[in-house]
Amino acid sequence: MSPAETLTVALTVNGEAVTRDIPARLSLADFLREELRLTGTHLGCEHGVCGACTVLLDGEPVRGCLMLAVQARGRAVTTVEGLAATDGTLTPLQAAFQKHHALQCGFCTPGMLMTATALLAETPHPTADEVRDAISGNICRCTGYVQIVEAVLDAAGTAP
Amino acid sequence: MKAPPFAYAAPSTIAEALALLAAHEDAKVLAGGQSLMPALNLRLAAPSVLVDINGIAELSEVSLTPTELRLGALVRHKRIGTDAAIAGAVPLLGLACPHIAHGPIRSRGTIGGSLSHADPAAEWPAVCLAADAVMEIRGPAGPRHVPAEAFSLGVFTTALRPGELLAAIRFPVARGRAGFAEVARRHGDFAMVGAAVTVELGPDGRCADARVVLFGASDRPIRRRAAEERLRGQAPGAALLREAASLAAEGLDPPSDLHASAEYRRRVAPVMVRRALADALSLPEARLAA
Repeated sequence: MSPAETLTVALTVNGEAVTRDIPARLSLADFLREELRLTGTHLGCEHGVCGACTVLLDGEPVRGCLMLAVQARGRAVTTVEGLAATDGTLTPLQAAFQKHHALQCGFCTPGMLMTATALLAETPHPTADEVRDAISGNICRCTGYVQIVEAVLDAAGTAP
Repeated sequence: MKAPPFAYAAPSTIAEALALLAAHEDAKVLAGGQSLMPALNLRLAAPSVLVDINGIAELSEVSLTPTELRLGALVRHKRIGTDAAIAGAVPLLGLACPHIAHGPIRSRGTIGGSLSHADPAAEWPAVCLAADAVMEIRGPAGPRHVPAEAFSLGVFTTALRPGELLAAIRFPVARGRAGFAEVARRHGDFAMVGAAVTVELGPDGRCADARVVLFGASDRPIRRRAAEERLRGQAPGAALLREAASLAAEGLDPPSDLHASAEYRRRVAPVMVRRALADALSLPEARLAA
């Protein structure tokens, strides 16, 4: 096997099969944004600190900037575009973000939604502390954490 | 920024990975990528070839016998933190795991990657030293085993030779108690200072054996043998723990950096040791200062 600078990747993104020839150095986040034009996944720091690029890989939250797109071969990726139903109906979590004003500028929101989606899948009724711990790796610079925690708890049916 | 160009290969066996490392002198091994990818994106590293070991199934294996826990190098932090059998065999692993970064990092990051990267403030190298782990290394000259203390050699420096790969980590199943404490600017950040301890109590309730390890306090995790010696043969109590903690901090020459001064680290190191020992020995009153 010889190393290659360009490779073919086939994966599933938001339920759809996708195949592309891409450079090895392309991150998963750049692949989603530039190759697939799924620009809901945001890039802030590009070194794993801000959490804006968080997507789900086979259901688990990962940093889109700290993974190569070629490493997602054969895997299923879910981005923020994959949350709402095709008719635009929001998930309970998205609806709760809207209801609680859990966003101001919206830059961190896709990462927050994906991280919280993964949390609720594993822990359907988290405590406020568990929610805070889960989103501790997602930075919001509008200081909207209080409403974000309230929204996640509301979506989970847990009183804040 | 974006990673510089490189060629990529994803071997499916250790033999293939070793052949790739032998053929490409400046190749880098890509495990979980949670340290290497930032280094690439920041252009701190620019290898010509990346050898992605994520497709090598045997590196993700976990095996447990009555005496030994063996973790493949590619076992991810998340699994270590959530698999009750792993924490049951070596409790220190379970205690340290929640301190490592955040959920999405723990989904990808691996124990072997953290050990090979050798950040002096990382949790796993300290845990391996305190838990008496042995590194299983594969390389062109065949397999070899290196105890944790001989594996971490300095900042980002290990006993791994060019062309070698960390394949697994072997832990003796713990017979005693464990404690872990660290202080970081924000939860999930690398520790400014931390302590990992193990204590075995004899049938008489006295400390039969102890290991006291500090991390973030030197260029690598370090055993504090004077503190261990002080504990041996003694009945646990708040005064003893305070004395052992003071001994652990004696002669420390910690680094100063953006996150903390050397003076601060010297001041906090014995507090971390005291808290870790207090937790290990279920002596909550010993957590408090005298």
